[in-house]
Amino acid sequence: MTQAELPLATSEILPAPRRRTRRRRPGLVENTPWMNLATHAILISGLLLLLGPIYLVFAAATQTVQEVNQIPPNLSISSHFWENISEAWFSRDFQSKFINSAIVASGVVIGKIVIACITAFGIVFFDHRLRMPIFWLVFITLMLPLEVRIVPTYAVAANALSPFQAILDWTGVSWLINAVSGVELALEWNMLNTYTGLIMPLIATATGTFLYRQFFLTIPDELVEAAKMDGAGPLRFLRDVLVPLSATNMAALATIMFVSGWNQFLWPLLIITDPAHEVVAVELRSLIPNANTTGGGIPKWNVAMAASLLVMLPPIVVVVAMQRWFVRGLISTEK
Amino acid sequence: MRRAYFKNNWIAAALVLPQLLIIFVFFYWPTSQAVFWSLTFEQPWGGGNDWAGLHHFRELLSDSLYWQSVRVSLVYAAGTTVLGMGLALILALFVDRQLRGYRQYRVGMIWPYAVAAPAIGLAFRYIFNPTAGVMAYVNQVWDGIWDPILTGWHAMAMIVIAGAWKNIAYNFIFFLAGLQSIPRSLIEASAMDGSGVMRRMRDIQLPLLTPTFFFILVINITDSFTDSFGIVDTMTNGGPARATNLMVYKIYVDGFEGQNYSSAAAQSVILMVLVILLTFVQFRYIERRVHYS
Repeated sequence: MTQAELPLATSEILPAPRRRTRRRRPGLVENTPWMNLATHAILISGLLLLLGPIYLVFAAATQTVQEVNQIPPNLSISSHFWENISEAWFSRDFQSKFINSAIVASGVVIGKIVIACITAFGIVFFDHRLRMPIFWLVFITLMLPLEVRIVPTYAVAANALSPFQAILDWTGVSWLINAVSGVELALEWNMLNTYTGLIMPLIATATGTFLYRQFFLTIPDELVEAAKMDGAGPLRFLRDVLVPLSATNMAALATIMFVSGWNQFLWPLLIITDPAHEVVAVELRSLIPNANTTGGGIPKWNVAMAASLLVMLPPIVVVVAMQRWFVRGLISTEK
Repeated sequence: MRRAYFKNNWIAAALVLPQLLIIFVFFYWPTSQAVFWSLTFEQPWGGGNDWAGLHHFRELLSDSLYWQSVRVSLVYAAGTTVLGMGLALILALFVDRQLRGYRQYRVGMIWPYAVAAPAIGLAFRYIFNPTAGVMAYVNQVWDGIWDPILTGWHAMAMIVIAGAWKNIAYNFIFFLAGLQSIPRSLIEASAMDGSGVMRRMRDIQLPLLTPTFFFILVINITDSFTDSFGIVDTMTNGGPARATNLMVYKIYVDGFEGQNYSSAAAQSVILMVLVILLTFVQFRYIERRVHYS
């Protein structure tokens, strides 16, 4: 809904669309030719440091398996790029894994944005006592990254209802149900090898909720009152006023979340054993089998490098394309 | 403080419920389980659990392999943090001079943020491989001088470089933002007083960047404890001879390959305490963050 379509009272208070000005602070006007030269030299070496490894990966990805393993090594670009890409793509069934990664990444993006938005809405625009406790419950999860709770989280993914079962058993409710109806209560929801299992544990988001809360707190009271005067309920207000206003927020969050969703490694590694649900990042693991030896045969570094280029590409494209929102979002979520 | 609210608290409850359910099931429950398992003798896949008290912790703390993994984690944390922050700081200071090509430089420093840890791991494993790629040159000139497959500290150096490379972009973004929030007038005034570029960096920009610096320092250390899994797993598998067996990797190996749930849980609890302490430190600094404006 555009502003013009909104009922009168609301549209009067909505802030005018912000004009996009490119704030560019000019460098100081100084005549320091040598210092400038040194600055460029340092920055270019920095770029080389960051791009150098990618060049080497690319060069390897263009070579044949003999070229990539020959001694003395050959670090120049050869002509077998597409062969290696297609070998990586087809021999490893990258297509379905790419689709899986895309499903997980978009599931994580959408899930996190929706969850962050509605949770923040529920604790900012309603007057109840649990506002701060809920916010802190969500916020404290920042201190519990997956890595420190992998084993039990895996157990939960094997049966997502086990916490409830345990509570019912412990409080005696299961026993009561069994005594009354003769039904043995056994709740089970296995999430291993499913998209739900891949996505659901990742969509809780302390940073996203925080970002949305900060944004919602800047919404003027008058806007809420105007919406109420127009007869809009909370959900209508959320959909027609807040969601459009938070578009920048969403773009910023979406970029960060896409990168983190696409790059998930440990979680899919744990809960996916079925090749049909494998994601690309995990597939990289098995390209050069044993880390401590070069394995039995000649390692196919060329194919492995082509594959890792393929995996790197989508998030890089997103970050570069969404640079402005991405930087802003990253900085405001981590503050 | 907000004065205008919606009245229907049932809607509020329905809106916050999904996230609360998810964090209960996937965060708080597993965390409490980790604590519980670390205090009991947990059988893989069910069976009884007998109370163990602090048995597992005592066992861990007297286990030289555990201390060895703590030691390598600290080396990794120090290495990636110093290297990743140092380079990012230098780059941010010079990019902030905003000479010609500023935008290009900035994108050039930001994109590595997007690269997945396993992809970085695999790439650097190739680059540092003793028999293919760049290091094969080195090995040809000086026969067999580099071998991360057999030599512990070579492997450590390799994962530190990969880890630092991964963090540069992130650190850079924050350093640059920190530098840009320093009031322009300060720098101009100082330039008018005749200070050069380096002098301004040393006496104005670096001191004013201290809050950002501490903030990033804590994030880098925390990250090196938790986020290092992908790199270790794709590059060294913790070897050779456990030289890169970081704490987070050891939890994975003991828990999922060794099926020693109690010990893995106890290790998780220790790591969790570490992360919580670091996060507290971080919040304290955030509160003190803005001391100029």
